[in-house]
Amino acid sequence: MNAYAQAAPRAERPWGRRLRGWVPALVVLGLGLAAWEWLLPALGVERYLLPPLSDVLQAFWDDRSELLEAGWITFKEALGGFVLGCSLAFVLALVLARWRPFGNALMPYMIAANAVPIVAFAPITNAWFGTLSPWSKIVIAAVLCFFPVLVNTLRGLTSVRPESIELMRSYAVPQRVVFRRVRIPNSLPFVFSALKIASVLAMIGAVVGDYFGGSTDALGVKVVSAVSVAQYETAWAAILVASMLGIAFYGVVAFAERLALSWHPSTRAGNE
Amino acid sequence: MSTSEAVVSARSISKTFGKGGVNALQDIDLEVGQGEFISLIGPSGCGKSTLLRVIGDLVEPSSGEILVNGKSAHRARLDRDYGIVFQAAVLYDWRTVAKNIALPLELMGYDRATRAGRVRELLHLMELDGFEKHYPWQLSGGMQQRVSIARALSFSPALLLMDEPFGALDEMTRERLNVELLRIWAELGSTVIFVTHSISEAVYLSTRVVVMSPRPGRITSVVPIDLPQPRTFETREDPRFFELVTQVREALHAGGAEL
Amino acid sequence: MWDALRVTSRIGSAAARIAVLVLVLLGLWALWEGYRALWEETGWTRPFRVNATTMPHLHDIVGALFDPLREGEPLLARFMLDAALFTAKEAAVGFAIGAAIGFLLGALIARFAVLQRGVMPYIIASQTIPILAIAPIVVVGLGNVSILGWTPKDWMRVAVIAAYLTFFPVTVNTVRGLRSADPAAVELMESYAAGEWAVFWKLRVPASLPYLFSAFKVAATASVVGAVIGELPSSIQSGLGGWIINFNQYYALDPENLWAVNLVAALLGISFFLVVVLVEKLVVHRPPEILV
Repeated sequence: MNAYAQAAPRAERPWGRRLRGWVPALVVLGLGLAAWEWLLPALGVERYLLPPLSDVLQAFWDDRSELLEAGWITFKEALGGFVLGCSLAFVLALVLARWRPFGNALMPYMIAANAVPIVAFAPITNAWFGTLSPWSKIVIAAVLCFFPVLVNTLRGLTSVRPESIELMRSYAVPQRVVFRRVRIPNSLPFVFSALKIASVLAMIGAVVGDYFGGSTDALGVKVVSAVSVAQYETAWAAILVASMLGIAFYGVVAFAERLALSWHPSTRAGNE
Repeated sequence: MSTSEAVVSARSISKTFGKGGVNALQDIDLEVGQGEFISLIGPSGCGKSTLLRVIGDLVEPSSGEILVNGKSAHRARLDRDYGIVFQAAVLYDWRTVAKNIALPLELMGYDRATRAGRVRELLHLMELDGFEKHYPWQLSGGMQQRVSIARALSFSPALLLMDEPFGALDEMTRERLNVELLRIWAELGSTVIFVTHSISEAVYLSTRVVVMSPRPGRITSVVPIDLPQPRTFETREDPRFFELVTQVREALHAGGAEL
Repeated sequence: MWDALRVTSRIGSAAARIAVLVLVLLGLWALWEGYRALWEETGWTRPFRVNATTMPHLHDIVGALFDPLREGEPLLARFMLDAALFTAKEAAVGFAIGAAIGFLLGALIARFAVLQRGVMPYIIASQTIPILAIAPIVVVGLGNVSILGWTPKDWMRVAVIAAYLTFFPVTVNTVRGLRSADPAAVELMESYAAGEWAVFWKLRVPASLPYLFSAFKVAATASVVGAVIGELPSSIQSGLGGWIINFNQYYALDPENLWAVNLVAALLGISFFLVVVLVEKLVVHRPPEILV
């Protein structure tokens, strides 16, 4: 049977089968790491492009306390921006969904705002808060998170079956209840897919903010300075730390999604 | 029948959508008495769903007067005088079957114990025992619609508004649910207003069939159904049943419906 | 009569749209200048001190575009146009490469279940790598690569970064889109004894178009972001990223210039997005979304 059939929902799989589902991923991981360590050097890929895995791990180990410290600083900035940007976006989406003509008129502009390369504003937030202040990174991360969450939440709050709303009207309940019982639960799948995007954007925002000058302890600065003095192993070790943090951040949001949307067919279907 | 005991009383109701737009309803007069089972039948665009929504105060009529239980339809909605069932089950995906049925009770402030008891009764009534912990997407279309009916019945409204509730179901499921609906109607003594586009369904279920025609939407005739109660599977084979089906079909033709 | 009505209503809605556009722009201007005036008046320093450096007047920002940088030189707008075109070239090439790779990967994953399990997690993980972190290595590193004596030009290396950001949304949505084909439609194709290749091109690809285009919209923006970010660490002066670095160093003296580059970058991002929207309108015909 080919893979297209997978889209159909399936019953929950037992643990044994679930573990077996990870086998292909682990095989790919093993092959990838092996190729990184042995194949790339054998093909003559230069150190400055991608040093062998063992050298990167060695560099990480030598600088571990410094790198983890830097990662933590950057992660805190990303998390702060994520919380700030996502919560503001959610509240604004509620307001716009409540006053629809207003929301409808503004929707195209919010979608267009999504298309603005906001990372380019990083030097400006540095000028606002001072290069060394974590707030310059928090704000840029927050702005990056803001628009996808706003647009997706608004779409989730408003893509409700008309009969759902009629049903609520037949119960003669106030708007507040319609939001709590129908619109907000309906929006959650949309909100979570935006939150997953936002978790990635927040990390990007924090690292880019660092790049334009931040405390030299932050991760973005570490990469740039390591590259400039040709310490490619250290640069890759820093990238490794950033990726691990990014994956962990994304993973936590995806896990929260699973908990919050346990009712949703997609979480039972075992896809993705 | 005097107005005071009518459950629904519509006086020259008209409804126009948009400026100079479509005449969805024109000069509708309708009296529905306590305990009646009324079907509204007609081709698409005849305004039968709109009339149902006017009764439920979900759509405001452009002119005319509508009373439900002797008060304005608006007041009746605020008093939660009716339960409604749509063609789609409109269940909330994030709630289990039991919690979907309990939703109106929650909104109306019933305590947990009352809700649990009532849900248990309804699950039994709709033959859904054992499915209370399922999510809607795990049920077949027919079962979803039964949950939706249980939800409408949960707070024991005396009036039930049904907008083509079985329209999306297969013939066999539909006939079984028809029988169940009649059983519940007899058991609870409620009044039902039922929109359908199936002639046999309308004749089988109703005490009166209201025939409507489109452009503008109006009532062209009312056919009283004198089949004996309670109705069973044999009713469908009764010669009188076929006569009435023919009568309704002719009324629809006379109203200009292309069948 | 109906046609006449439709035409008048279309003119009416176009007028309404322009009115909304003007209102939104006015609203933004009022917010900006109002915020500025209030904070300057009261001397509030939270969240940041407001002055001509941190928040230049909007008219000064637009005005900066129509001033020469130095006496006797062309207007800034002239430089900005060239830079925007340069960055647009990087972004467009990156978009094309990324979209092609993304579609190919997505098609393979949709077809072979093993890849879904084996590769998809890493495709997601690849996007959690902060792009700016690898940009210097890719852009600088590729500069030292030579294939038969040919070294990729600097803008091509930046396009690689743009492609890296572009491929991800396309891959994810290609998988979803190709699988979205109605099973009954697949059976219909099978009843014609259509081969898998025919089913793919005649059914699955058309069914995936709405998904593809929503990915392209995200990807169009991402490619511009990738191009700007890619320029930052690569000492490429010709694009918007180069000007951002340049003006950043003189921010204390001429803050309007940095704002002006950002304005141009914003317009470039929005134009990329609008091009995709336009193409979608021409290519995809689907029922409108119902929003209540």
